[in-house]
Amino acid sequence: MTHAVIADNVHFSYTSQTENVPIPVFDGLNLTVEEGSFVAVLGRNGCGKSTLAKHLNAIVLPEGGSVRVFGMDTTDEQQLLDIRRTVGMVFQNPDNQMVANVVEEDVAFAPENLGVPSAEIRKRVDDALKAVGMYEYRTHAPHLLSGGQKQRIAIAGVIAMQPRCIVLDEPTAMLDPHGREEVLRTIEDLNKNHGITVILITHHMTEAIRADRVLVMEKGNIIADGTPKEVFPQVELLKQAGLDVPVTTQLLFELNKSGCNLPLDALSTEECAQALYDLLKA
Amino acid sequence: MAATIEVRDLSHTYSVGTPFQHDAIRHLNFTIEKGEFLGIIGHTGSGKSTLIQHLNGLLKPTSGDVLLEGESIWKDKQTTRSARFRVGLVFQYPEYQLFEETVYKDISFGPKNMGLDAEEIRRRVLRAASFAGVDPNVLDKSPFDLSGGQKRRVAIAGVIAMEPEIVIFDEPTAGLDPAGCASLLENIRSYREATGATVVMISHSMDDVAALADRLLVLNDGAMEMLGTPSQIFAQAERLREIGLSVPQVTSLFIRLHELGLNVDPATYTQASALQQLLSFKGGAAHA
Repeated sequence: MTHAVIADNVHFSYTSQTENVPIPVFDGLNLTVEEGSFVAVLGRNGCGKSTLAKHLNAIVLPEGGSVRVFGMDTTDEQQLLDIRRTVGMVFQNPDNQMVANVVEEDVAFAPENLGVPSAEIRKRVDDALKAVGMYEYRTHAPHLLSGGQKQRIAIAGVIAMQPRCIVLDEPTAMLDPHGREEVLRTIEDLNKNHGITVILITHHMTEAIRADRVLVMEKGNIIADGTPKEVFPQVELLKQAGLDVPVTTQLLFELNKSGCNLPLDALSTEECAQALYDLLKA
Repeated sequence: MAATIEVRDLSHTYSVGTPFQHDAIRHLNFTIEKGEFLGIIGHTGSGKSTLIQHLNGLLKPTSGDVLLEGESIWKDKQTTRSARFRVGLVFQYPEYQLFEETVYKDISFGPKNMGLDAEEIRRRVLRAASFAGVDPNVLDKSPFDLSGGQKRRVAIAGVIAMEPEIVIFDEPTAGLDPAGCASLLENIRSYREATGATVVMISHSMDDVAALADRLLVLNDGAMEMLGTPSQIFAQAERLREIGLSVPQVTSLFIRLHELGLNVDPATYTQASALQQLLSFKGGAAHA
């Protein structure tokens, strides 16, 4: 299998604006992501999640060690354009990512800049808008759409570059429950049906349980790495990292403290309800 | 109990007379009681932010009125001005509104504008900083050197320092990590307990409003869809989903348990109540 990301012994620090001292973020980070996987990254504010994301398409470069995406070293300036079009980024605030007055022009922005021929752009824009379920809005003004719709337009703008990997940095933080679900379904579809590698940074445990793999970061280190069913039962480790567990796991955990023997990996509402029903139906 | 704020037939239309004319809120009628915690939920674009900007006179109603302690906040200029101090508004992402050289100066901006003396300003800044969970060691630092979560707390302290009778928060926890969310909500809860202030909070997190609010106001396309206690509101899961909302995770679980035939309350909306019901159920089952 191809590796989408190989981060090898990455060192990186920020410099404080006023005190002029380096603040270390990564001190030897290692990470491998397989092509085609859906990885959720969790961790408290300031743990290095967004810095990691910015390493994946050369917005920032490692000070030591290396980051390779689909075999390309991010410090190789010759490949910068290829790196940027291979790994697309979607950020938290959809309003900061809109550049045009019409939806389809917004989506066409990146392929235009990449010098794609116009017939090909037309096709890519249509395909991208269909992929996120926004094709019928192609002539609308982006600022009149809902938050979830705008975020799907931002995702379409990335898809139009035909990336192999999309990195989303808290894409649902500003959305209502419906908008959040729209974005999550879009991400899942791109991953499962279009083979795009997805790296999703989120604070929502309900989103993370839908990934194939969950990474938990603390102070620039990965402190847990596994499937959601492997990671979330580690309730105490997660709480100590400033995180939460899904409400399902929390309830099962509390009940186990009172002498029950329930499976902590019953993460979805349905699995948890079944486990509780089996215990209590008698 | 006397109503603190009364909203009467309130409507607001943006861009009147242009092709973009849009009714953001339509004929809203409700009261906010003194000392209560009111949660406001609704899909993006349902009119939540437009509504709260009317509560301290930042927006003027297209029609209808807002009364503070029985008096229209639009009675005269003086009344409108005083409403802006009595009703404090914490916007979405308030950390982007910090501008002073030091945290202390930023928090004191509001009280200074109220014409208070230096000693009173100092008292208020320290009290507000403590309520909002601002580390006292950062008061002399530049707000721009703080983390996002700390900046947000400074912005909240700046509003609290005016000692408003009513504080309105527009999505105060958006973008914070779970521990940050929990601790900020705890600050809001204890502030209200200590001061008796009325609190209004907009949130997209059903779990947050479920844990804190006495009543919930549900907006849909600018109109009032529901107003009631969390258990009344979350009993209408189907309708909430239709209008782009959801129920707390624990409510979804209890709806499913109820469907499976367990005798639990499908409108359960707090973890504590959920746990209590499951434990008593288990105890009962063990005895049977």
